[in-house]
Amino acid sequence: MTSSPSPEAPRDSYRFSHRQSIGLVFLCTLFGVAAQYLIKTSANSLQVITLESLLSNWALWLGLAMYGISTGLLILALRDGELSLLYPVISLTYVWVTILSVLVFNESVNVFKIAGITIICLGVTLLGKGDSRS
Amino acid sequence: MRTPLSSILLVLFASFIGSFGAVFLKAGAGRLHRELATLLLNWRLAAGIAMYLASFVFYYLGVREGELSILYPMVSLGYIWTLLWSRLFFAEPISRRKVAGLALIIGGIIVLNLGNR
Repeated sequence: MTSSPSPEAPRDSYRFSHRQSIGLVFLCTLFGVAAQYLIKTSANSLQVITLESLLSNWALWLGLAMYGISTGLLILALRDGELSLLYPVISLTYVWVTILSVLVFNESVNVFKIAGITIICLGVTLLGKGDSRS
Repeated sequence: MRTPLSSILLVLFASFIGSFGAVFLKAGAGRLHRELATLLLNWRLAAGIAMYLASFVFYYLGVREGELSILYPMVSLGYIWTLLWSRLFFAEPISRRKVAGLALIIGGIIVLNLGNR
């Protein structure tokens, strides 16, 4: 008797390629920056921590929700990729924060900022070029 | 504005817990399949998220006082811890590419930090 595949049989899950995993971490950092901005804003307005001030702090909760999405994307990326390659890609956060602070908050640009984000991008590119099995 | 030692220690501790959070997220993510139970009954993912939250709390307490330009780059130490844990727990090789990439990233963060003073 030949058995037909049962519908409950676990099928092979979709596997993300290395590039796709890097892309997921890339998205993760965009949500992470939104989260950090909201949380930093809420930290400034929160001098004394009371239950009421925490519960009514919408920026804090929105920021945490953004962190949730960001973490979900990271989990998806980590499922198929190497932790040691993917985790440092989160440093793109520094690049977004710097670009945001210059474009949106009109902070000054200087040679250190440009050099810093260039070096970080070089490092991320190096990690993004392939996993250690390739 | 000066950065108190307590803030530095809190942010350091946050980076340490956060790196372990990443280890548990990776361990839990590897057990994710199409069944919902692999997500809902995944204690490793829950532990990872709990450590991330704990890391967030310590970071949050740390950045309430002191300069972000000093405290922020310290979080990047978490990348070094994570490289070590990846080797230890997942037998991921520490390749030249990873060390070079990580060195560039941490160097870039330090250079970037000079521009924020």
